[in-house]
Amino acid sequence: MTVHFKPSRRGFLAGSAATAAGLTLGFHVPLVGEAAAQSAPPEVNAWVVVKPDDTVVIRIARVEMGQGTLTGLAQLAAEELEADWSKVTTEYPTPGQNLARKRVWGNFSTAGSRGIRESQDYVRKGGAAARMMLVQAAANEWGVPAGECRAQKGVITHVGSGRSVTYGKVAEAAGRLEAPKDPPLKDPKDWTIAGQPLKRLDTAGKLNGSQVYSIDMKLPGMLNAAIRDCPIFGGKLKSFDAAKVESMPGVRKVVRVGDTGVAVIADTWWRAKSALDALPVVWDEGPNAKLSSAAIAETLKEGLTAEQAFVGNQAGDVKAAIAGAAKVVEATYSFPYQHHATMEPMNATARWTPEQCEVWTATQNAEAALATAVQAAGLPIEKCDVHRLHLGGGFGRRSSSHDFVRQAVLIAREMPGTPVKLIWSREEDMLHGRYHPITMAKMTGALDASGNLVGLHMRLAGQSILASINPAGLQNGKDPATFQGLNSGGAEGVFGYAVPNLLIDHAMRNPPIPPGFWRGVNNNQNALYLECFVDELASAAGKDPLEFRRAMLGKSPKHLAVLNAVAEKAGWGTPAPAGVHRGLSQHMGYGSYVAACAEVRVEADGSVKVLRIVAATDPGHVVNPQQVAAQIEGSFAYGLSAALHGEITILDGKVEQENFDTYPVIRMAEMPRVETIIMPSGGFWGGVGEPTIFVAAPAVLNAIAAATGKRLRNMPIKTEDLRRV
Amino acid sequence: MLRLTVNGTVREVDAEPDTPLLWVLREQVGLTGTKYGCGVAACGACTVHIDGVATRSCSLPVSEVKAGQNILTIEGLSPDSSHALQKAWLDHDVPQCGYCQSGQLMAAAALLAANPKPTDDEIAAEMTNICRCGTYNRVRAAIRQAAGVTG
Ligand code: FES
Ligand code: FES
Repeated sequence: MTVHFKPSRRGFLAGSAATAAGLTLGFHVPLVGEAAAQSAPPEVNAWVVVKPDDTVVIRIARVEMGQGTLTGLAQLAAEELEADWSKVTTEYPTPGQNLARKRVWGNFSTAGSRGIRESQDYVRKGGAAARMMLVQAAANEWGVPAGECRAQKGVITHVGSGRSVTYGKVAEAAGRLEAPKDPPLKDPKDWTIAGQPLKRLDTAGKLNGSQVYSIDMKLPGMLNAAIRDCPIFGGKLKSFDAAKVESMPGVRKVVRVGDTGVAVIADTWWRAKSALDALPVVWDEGPNAKLSSAAIAETLKEGLTAEQAFVGNQAGDVKAAIAGAAKVVEATYSFPYQHHATMEPMNATARWTPEQCEVWTATQNAEAALATAVQAAGLPIEKCDVHRLHLGGGFGRRSSSHDFVRQAVLIAREMPGTPVKLIWSREEDMLHGRYHPITMAKMTGALDASGNLVGLHMRLAGQSILASINPAGLQNGKDPATFQGLNSGGAEGVFGYAVPNLLIDHAMRNPPIPPGFWRGVNNNQNALYLECFVDELASAAGKDPLEFRRAMLGKSPKHLAVLNAVAEKAGWGTPAPAGVHRGLSQHMGYGSYVAACAEVRVEADGSVKVLRIVAATDPGHVVNPQQVAAQIEGSFAYGLSAALHGEITILDGKVEQENFDTYPVIRMAEMPRVETIIMPSGGFWGGVGEPTIFVAAPAVLNAIAAATGKRLRNMPIKTEDLRRV
Repeated sequence: MLRLTVNGTVREVDAEPDTPLLWVLREQVGLTGTKYGCGVAACGACTVHIDGVATRSCSLPVSEVKAGQNILTIEGLSPDSSHALQKAWLDHDVPQCGYCQSGQLMAAAALLAANPKPTDDEIAAEMTNICRCGTYNRVRAAIRQAAGVTG
């Protein structure tokens, strides 16, 4: 795609015509408030521009980070627009433009698998309204009723006379018409562009090195910065000895960044980093200098039996059910900190003057990035803007915090008028993540004499993301998001099992490690705890894990349907190949129903080989089945990385893993075959970027238990625990 | 001034001898298709060919590139994205975020040049590049297609 964005005829008060492509070629870079380019083609409405050559430009508010949203949203708008798909391109408006136009594009946040499901209605209406305006413009020109005209593949035809005209010819006139209110939308069964397995729009540039990522940003006269922020959480910068490095090649300035960091600005990033590596720095280590993973674990363990806890889901009398049970099953599980480890480390380019500030960066939420930039710039919001560049992965990191934007602006303030690109080294990135929160769970199940689950207490203990990132989202101290996938109702994530006596509660324990939204978020551990324990209960009841689940899912037909689908396709109940064992898992989150069956082999040395995953998802509607399949494959790679390897540990207040050599992730040799079942049942819109990740680890852990008789309850899987020789 | 041959063109660059080739390519030569992922030869994002051999350029000091050796980057893999692997990548819609894909393609190109009909195990043994988006199965399928082998 191009990131090219020209203000329309209607103009953007705070708009800027800066484009990534233009900038790399060293074109004039208009700043905030400069006159809008006059040559820009007129827009039909905020969502659709049709150029005189019939190229259709669809504006995308949410961001592409690999998950295919860009293509999917374009498909939805193009469907209603009746566009010629081969002529469709996309562009990103900026948050400043959004603000100036009273948020005509709505929310920019791209997280929680919401890119499509939350915006599909108004994006489709944007396409539909534009089509109606184009048709009306043609009808006006011909002096015929619009009802006699048809639009198809970017051409409007008057049915009676056979006259026709392309969109590009009437776009300008269409843009002058009143926008229709509440345009009707097509029935998804009539879709021809949406719903189809179309190729992505953004592939070509990723195959020849021409795609510009945020880290590739170039501006005339740009300098580069490398930063070191205090590696100890809660620590501060005490002092540094700039004189030691100021004469090193290329170095321009050594600057303090807020209370906690120091950066070197140089002509190239490598020179900046080399000088930073040589810079003597003294830290004020702060209150957490002795903090360790062991101490954090103790804090969480205490929460497992604490009196006070926030209740997330409750039915019947769980205490009585446990007291009267024929059999009580207990188990304690844990899920460690994880790192996002996006392939592109955090970075941002900023230019600051006393009058204006512009930022170019990879963000999942450009409006939040703008808010951060405004604060750091000390300027009014109208004088600031953020331009979105392509993301080398997001997974939640680039929505959890825009610390890198804040730093880039603070650094740029030291060089007024000069653009500075800040790039974090991989080590800086590992040490300053927004980590998947750490949690534990104490599971207690009550079985009756016939092996039915009559009571379940799920006590969660651990960290709240909202308490750190958005305390205003807490409800009387409770973080509702900690119960993702375990709720009694709602459209997001419902606990599917019928258990007469149920208590799911959370003892919030917040260690001073910054948590963040990590693909799947709290569904990851919630699904793991519940689905592994359900297998433990089935085993204690002497029942087949599939039958045990089925018996409790009678009132949850969508949960049951995805589970049945994977069981059937995987051949549950039929013998697996020699040495291969199967495990099941199901969950609902981000509005979608998902299930998986994993096939694994555990070698005598304890190593685990995940051979095959059968995954089913019911997201309600599917905009591009090919992209959904890609997301399912990718979610398993991400989830299995966590299950097989992922663990961030803390020693002396600092993260111990600094690069991929100590924070391993899965590579091709460990990637299983993934067979996807996409079974949209219609009537609702669920997400697809995350949901299947929930069932990755539990399905594999259940298969490992089936293979070895050993129940692993702590992530990641440790080979030593499974060794038989 | 150092002289480097990049994609067949001789370039003069001003860099300290211990600068990793990756940063010389990105910052002095101006070719940003080669990516930085780890800086410690662990991820493969920075893979280029040096006289046809896949090399992790983040860990190679530029002074170790010998005069006359040809450095091939993703920008030079083909003039018009017509390399069999680039076409196969397009057919399989391989990239997600795409950040690792320059390195994946360069590693795959070196693999096929040395072993035109690799088995799946040989592909997995050579293709150790990290992709956090998880495109591994499509990478393998595209390599198979370009090699004319079926899984
Ligand atoms: S950047 Fe060179 S291997 Fe990772
Ligand atoms: S496509 Fe995103 S890291 Fe590989």
